[in-house]
Amino acid sequence: MNSIAKTTQTAGSRAVLEIDVNNHTGVMSHVAGLFSRRACNIEAILCMPLDGGATSRIWLLLNAEERLEQMIKQVAKLEDVYEVRRHGADHGVFKDLEAYFR
Amino acid sequence: MNPQHTASEALSGAQLVVRLLERQGVHTVAGLPGGAILPIYDALALSRSIRHVLARHEQGAGFIAQGMARVSGVPAVCLASSGPGATNLLTAIADAKLDSIPLVAITGQVPKAMIGTDAFQEVDTYGLTIPITKHNFLISDAAELLEVIPRAFRIAASGRPGPVLVDIPKDVQSQVIEIASWPEPGRALAAPPPAAEVIARAAQLIDAAERPILYLGGGVVHSAAADLALILAEKAGLPTVMSLMALGTLPTDHPLSLGMLGMHGARCTNLALESCDLLLAVGARFDDRATGKAAAFCPGARIIHIDIDPSELGKIKMAHLGIGGDVKTTLELLLPLIKTQARLAWLAQVTDLMAAYPLCTPGIDDPRSHYGLIRAVADCLDDEAIIATDVGQHQMWVAQTYPLRRPRQWLTSGGLGTMGFGLPAAIGAALAEPQRTVVCFSGDGSILMNMQELLTAAEVNANIKIIVMDNASLGLVFQQQTLFYDERIYASRFEAVPDFVKLARACGIHAVDIDQEAQPRAALAAALSMHGPALIHAAIDVRQQVLPMVPPGAANREMIGD
Repeated sequence: MNSIAKTTQTAGSRAVLEIDVNNHTGVMSHVAGLFSRRACNIEAILCMPLDGGATSRIWLLLNAEERLEQMIKQVAKLEDVYEVRRHGADHGVFKDLEAYFR
Repeated sequence: MNPQHTASEALSGAQLVVRLLERQGVHTVAGLPGGAILPIYDALALSRSIRHVLARHEQGAGFIAQGMARVSGVPAVCLASSGPGATNLLTAIADAKLDSIPLVAITGQVPKAMIGTDAFQEVDTYGLTIPITKHNFLISDAAELLEVIPRAFRIAASGRPGPVLVDIPKDVQSQVIEIASWPEPGRALAAPPPAAEVIARAAQLIDAAERPILYLGGGVVHSAAADLALILAEKAGLPTVMSLMALGTLPTDHPLSLGMLGMHGARCTNLALESCDLLLAVGARFDDRATGKAAAFCPGARIIHIDIDPSELGKIKMAHLGIGGDVKTTLELLLPLIKTQARLAWLAQVTDLMAAYPLCTPGIDDPRSHYGLIRAVADCLDDEAIIATDVGQHQMWVAQTYPLRRPRQWLTSGGLGTMGFGLPAAIGAALAEPQRTVVCFSGDGSILMNMQELLTAAEVNANIKIIVMDNASLGLVFQQQTLFYDERIYASRFEAVPDFVKLARACGIHAVDIDQEAQPRAALAAALSMHGPALIHAAIDVRQQVLPMVPPGAANREMIGD
């Protein structure tokens, strides 16, 4: 997603973010852009609508770098974001998808 | 929100926008029309309460709106068409984002069916403005406007203010819908007050500190908390520094004022910060121009950081106590809890620093020098005047020495540092507060960047006085090349320069060249006291520098010059 990030980041520890958002055009751009313009690569992304489609949930896999906490605060500020929850890299959401990426 | 019920009526999206702006209490908008926003202009033409000010470039319109917002604190509106109209607005929007200025930008877009086809004057305005707005909208149905327009004003004004953009395709502007009820205008939502425990903890830290300093930022202006900051400084005996954005919140000549901190702050100001043991940062964001090398900023101090934006807490400097909350509310809660202290030893130490390392202002009594010209202008005016600047050496000289004494007196592009800001922002200030004299200090480099707005100033007879400090250079670039690039002066000297006096006169603006006047003070006084736009030209020696100066990336203690 971002060439600078790819070359400078080392494969350190990871974090999984669970973000509840409004489900409409542009929300994904707002969320993804926030990370990319801070040269932070999104390693994995997953999004599905919730309860009838008015809202949706975005799952992100990111490098757990020093600036991540500040970026989480920035994500939480977005108008279309309801809640951000941080999980460890061992969260099952992406692990269970690995079969689709072989 | 209680919708107000009226008789149902059929209105187009364009009429809706205008009606919602009227209901919002907007009385002046700045803009420049083009094909994709013509339905809105057609509706605007019929408005009895909204005045449209026609800028000569969309960036000018954006900064005129900023000028209105900066002096009033209320979201101001700018309009532009699609494509180049929208891209020309971007700089003014980004500038509003970095200085937390409430702005509502409304842009026309190509019809929905043509979006994504590379249609004439199509650009992805929504995508372009994501990173430079607080929030943005692309409207797909006229009915959405009923919710979005009030919400745009609410977002712009709530919490940490900022710009909001609403992009409206032309067919949505023409789409007619039935309106049965109207939403309430969008107003700022109050932020929740901070917890009592953190306020009590802050009071303990302030009471226990031996060498505290109060650091005020632009949030004090936005929160209308300047009077409370003054009471706090006096009650707790706090020497006070201000960021560029906060100038005017504590009167410059107040005994506790140490003026502006940072890259071009006085030596005594940065040295006092070096020795403080507590830094109380209020509505400030530790910008690199204020802190220098952040790791070396206030090395021995505990930090209390009050900010309405929680993402600012710990962003640059980890605060020992971060308080998320509105500055005014927080100070109201804090003031009764802190002890009245004289702090004689610390204040004596600061006074000694001020005496030993004051700001050096050579030539301040000579109106033909850079500092002297600024002082001579100040001598002609009182605190009612509004002082705008462009960006560069003149901006820093004014920030260092102009006796700013009230919040919203001072309009400057701080975060983005946009050359070209001054003239249109001054026009906007004059439109919002026509009873005041608005001075725009500018440089020959900056004024050329939005020179076309001289015609707008003439057209609306704005009461602005443009002081062009002309060194035929990009002065701050020239200075940095002199200091840091072994005097290799490149691309910072202008070989062709206009006759600014003739140029202003060609635009219908009164102009005077101070250099040609035998009595410069009298000529200044005359130009400043006439009503309507005037341009005052003064030549400045290009070798004059803004000093002291912290080299970019260095710690504030590593100042160059006196």
